[in-house]
Amino acid sequence: MSSLTKNTLAGLREILTRGDASSVEITQDYLAEISARRDLNTFITVTQDDALASAKVADQIRAAGQASLTTGLPIAHKDLFCTKGILTSCGSKMLSNFISPYDAEVVSKFKNAGFVMLGKLNMDEFAMGSSNETSYFGPVKNPWSPTHVPGGSSGGSAAAVAARLTPLATATDTGGSIRQPAAFTGTSGLKPTYGRVSRFGMIAFASSLDQGGLIAQTAEDLAIGMQIISGHDNKDSTSALIEVPNYESLLNDSIRGLTIGLPEEFFDSRLDTRMQSQIEEVIRIFTSLGANTVSVSLTHVAEAIPAYYVIAPAEASSNLSRFDGVRFGYRAEKPIDLTDLYERSRGEGFGSEVKRRILIGTYALSEGYFDAYYKKAQQIRRLIKQDFDRAFSLCDLLLSPTTPSTAFALGEKSDDPVAMYLEDIYTIATNLAGLPGGSFQAGLIDELPAGYQLTGPAFSESKILNAAHKVQQATDWHTHYPEEIRNV
Amino acid sequence: MYESVIGLEVHVQLSTLSKIFSGSSTSFGASPNTQASLIDLGMPGVLPTPNAKVFEMAVKFGLAIEAKIGKTSVFDRKNYFYPDLPKGYQITQLDAPIVGLGHVNITLEDGTTKRINITRAHLEEDAGKSLHNSFDGLTGIDLNRAGTPLLEIVSEPELRSAKEAVAYLRVIHSIIRYLDISDGNMAEGSMRCDCNVSIRTQGSKILGTRTEIKKQSTLKLTARSIQLKMASKLFKKRGCMTLIKMRRAPCGPRKRPTTTATFLIQIYCQSS
Repeated sequence: MSSLTKNTLAGLREILTRGDASSVEITQDYLAEISARRDLNTFITVTQDDALASAKVADQIRAAGQASLTTGLPIAHKDLFCTKGILTSCGSKMLSNFISPYDAEVVSKFKNAGFVMLGKLNMDEFAMGSSNETSYFGPVKNPWSPTHVPGGSSGGSAAAVAARLTPLATATDTGGSIRQPAAFTGTSGLKPTYGRVSRFGMIAFASSLDQGGLIAQTAEDLAIGMQIISGHDNKDSTSALIEVPNYESLLNDSIRGLTIGLPEEFFDSRLDTRMQSQIEEVIRIFTSLGANTVSVSLTHVAEAIPAYYVIAPAEASSNLSRFDGVRFGYRAEKPIDLTDLYERSRGEGFGSEVKRRILIGTYALSEGYFDAYYKKAQQIRRLIKQDFDRAFSLCDLLLSPTTPSTAFALGEKSDDPVAMYLEDIYTIATNLAGLPGGSFQAGLIDELPAGYQLTGPAFSESKILNAAHKVQQATDWHTHYPEEIRNV
Repeated sequence: MYESVIGLEVHVQLSTLSKIFSGSSTSFGASPNTQASLIDLGMPGVLPTPNAKVFEMAVKFGLAIEAKIGKTSVFDRKNYFYPDLPKGYQITQLDAPIVGLGHVNITLEDGTTKRINITRAHLEEDAGKSLHNSFDGLTGIDLNRAGTPLLEIVSEPELRSAKEAVAYLRVIHSIIRYLDISDGNMAEGSMRCDCNVSIRTQGSKILGTRTEIKKQSTLKLTARSIQLKMASKLFKKRGCMTLIKMRRAPCGPRKRPTTTATFLIQIYCQSS
């Protein structure tokens, strides 16, 4: 691994500012690493020529003295963010020929900030999955162990950051799709508050739960990225008109007196004992930094998974109706009539997990079942939100493991959808309540990463990043990366 | 003696410059698909942004018919597959329409006025157009109209004849013209009408089986269709079931207006 790709985003920013390396040199190093690690299957598309061209432009801007702090920094996008003129597949055969005619808002914000896009990252098909095994482009391997999954659905984003193939990756989180893969790969991931980041140009899975965010090595790098993508967008009327704080300047605030809530429901018998001891270590560090802990209860959190698996498929079944073979995407060959065109385009274009969720969702929304399923799920959602409100009247942030255990083996759960759905047991309630949540490194268990999760009240991203940054200052967990392990 | 029970759903195209959820132009007669943006095309990842002008116009209409205006207005998705419906669903309003219960007065032939209650008026987006006859066995799709703002005005089933229905339509037409929220041009589809018709024994409180006549585009055709529909219902009562079954028009996933009208005329001719 070349020395440049070992850097954090903040580190690369310094290198560029000092002039120790050019954006072209940095980009070349990353492209070489990406090419060397094709075995991980993290990228669906590598935009080599475009990347070198925009790195060159970035260097010219810098030479002209017009560079911003982020000009020339590398990034890669989850293949769910539309990128103009570049394949945007969403991990599906359905969109395996879809060249987007426009850029997602998040993508254009990074472009405008001078970032260089390295390519598009692998993911579970239409973001439906917790292991990155549902991708039409094949599973992503966990850089810590090629026989293990990287988590999902943002498995490509997390694995690419973990393998140092990009310093920053966009990702999305509908039920844990940023936090769970971040935990499985020893990276830092932030799912912002619903409405903090524009969803325009993010291919919708479940519109009321989807949120774009980031995966990086550190909380500091997440802060740099969040500064760029946060804020209102006229093209997304659910994006919040709430002021964006200066995330980076708040990173070093003292966390003395911070009250950390420990949800008792998340520390029960299902939790792996070694995972529990890693989390206890994180708690000890927080305490040593002056934070207090308090036990809280999220009474209805056990209902989160059933409620989620009604709401998310219901919304997906409607959102995925547009993939009909008529205007874009996969189209069945020689349809005999309209029904045949629909049935075969969708039947051949979607994978089995996507079909399963469309069927569940269509059923839940059918006349006569709406009240029994969708409406009830929305009521549970409201109760969960109230649980969080009550908890945040007692504490500033909630701390829990991100996942019950470390990464599981490839194929271990792919035939058991329910076991796969239970993967998101600690993360899913956050989405139902629309709250921000982050997953950060909590050391290793048997040479596989463990992650801890911080959840905060709406728009408390700066508080989460601040707390995680303080822990990262006091530990070296975030500095571990897989190559180092293998070289021992 | 039988009496007819008629309720009308009038679709009024609001005369905004741009569409209900996108910035594309709504002007009539442009070349196919030149007024369809990424949003109208239902591209992956796009989101609807409501046009404020549309709400203003709907509220104006609501005030003109002395209706309750919904303080909260909720949009719903009506899901169905059709090639000229790009997203696979229509954005419309189900449980919380912007305009609630209101009324208009119509003038009857004898000079008396009759109050017709309006159940609701809600906002929705129009679909595109399927062109079935111009492409040699293929269907062309023009999405210029997709996303055009519509106000659907739903009357109570309080109209009793084709003449009353026409009088009601004239009142709605004059209101929308006066408020300047639509050009009301029926030939260009700016005002279209679905009629729900049933017949029952005079004085009965029970509503008969309802038949819908879709998308009538002129007052004359609307009146004619209602008369025909009433006639066919009468035949049905008198045992002409087989005739109706035999004459069922071939319909696709969505009934096109021309097929429905033709169907009725054929029945009428056969039976007279």
